[in-house]
Amino acid sequence: MTTIKAQMPGVFYRRPAPEKPVYVDDGESISEGQTIALIEVMKTFNEVKADASGTVAEFLVEDGDEVDVGQDIVRLGET
Amino acid sequence: MSELRVRAGGLYTTVQDTGRFGHYHMGMPPSGAMDTYSAVVANMLVGNPDGAGVLEGTYIGPTLEFTDDRVVAVTGADVPVTLNDEPVEPWTAIRVRSGDVLGFAMIRAGCRAYVAVSGGIDVPVYLGSRSTYTLTGIGGHEGRKLADDESLPLGAADGPGPGGAAVPEDLRPDLTGTAQLRTVVGLCSYRLTEGGLASFLGTDWKVTKDADRVGYRLRGGTLDFTEREQPFGAGSDPANVVDLGYPIGSIQVPGGDEPIVLLNDAVTGGGYATIGTVISVDRDRIAQTKTGDAVRFDSVDLDTALAARRDRRERIERVRSRIAR
Repeated sequence: MTTIKAQMPGVFYRRPAPEKPVYVDDGESISEGQTIALIEVMKTFNEVKADASGTVAEFLVEDGDEVDVGQDIVRLGET
Repeated sequence: MSELRVRAGGLYTTVQDTGRFGHYHMGMPPSGAMDTYSAVVANMLVGNPDGAGVLEGTYIGPTLEFTDDRVVAVTGADVPVTLNDEPVEPWTAIRVRSGDVLGFAMIRAGCRAYVAVSGGIDVPVYLGSRSTYTLTGIGGHEGRKLADDESLPLGAADGPGPGGAAVPEDLRPDLTGTAQLRTVVGLCSYRLTEGGLASFLGTDWKVTKDADRVGYRLRGGTLDFTEREQPFGAGSDPANVVDLGYPIGSIQVPGGDEPIVLLNDAVTGGGYATIGTVISVDRDRIAQTKTGDAVRFDSVDLDTALAARRDRRERIERVRSRIAR
């Protein structure tokens, strides 16, 4: 199973701003380097970039959840 | 050219040394490496003076390219380190040459990694220190965290050095489990109820996302303050007192149940009750906790705090003698 992991701890957000749409929906294809979420830590919002290309099978954390370093945040399906 | 190429700055990497002292009374915090022990030991490994400039990386370390023969050492957080994509040992002096690239993988434990390079990170000295204080944009490298694709000046090294020196396991910090922070209760702990103080000392506090070089905000317990008549000169919040100087490492509760431990880049005084102060030695430990980790405050007296400081000095000298062998 290919996943994208959180590189830092913090609070996880799927959208760039509360009123904006999500960066990426389940089922959408993403490419390496694409911003897919934000993690807020140390008073900054840090972009989470995909470290692999594929199709987003499923987000494994909810908007606003706390995440830890190394935690799986996205499961990738077939490309 | 004596420079270090910063290919990637990482998440929040700054130049630090052992701190900028002597200006606290004017509102200037010391800055400096959050985990002093790791920074000093990194310098020792590469043959630098203890207070030479090092890099402090947070969560995601920098990617660094060398442009001449140097010795490098990485200490602090438990994180896989690579040289030209091959794993290398942390807490060990490593010889590098022009073109070699030092990189970091994802941290396993801890929060901050220190990189010392022989000759030191030779940014200009500002008010007696090379430490970066980002809130006012002074010191370090242009007063800010490192960016991608830039260069840092390195000092002259006394020869490349042999490399290979390593810090024995028993002299590396243990970063697993709940961080036990020895704390001197006071100066304003009288503002807490008995139950509030018991909760302060009895809770496993969780580090929130608001945890950086300025301070660590914690969550998990309740802190009740006693009723009082608002003194002249104090604010109306139950946690307000008449302004006082904040000790570095002091713990305040600005309204509500979330204590904040003030650290190296914190405000130097104000009007919040400080209910305890983390002893200087254990500030190294809290510096290696990350968002989501647990910390506990253990009440100790001042003699214990001073003894712990002596112990750390001895431990540093033990490292020095082991490395010199």
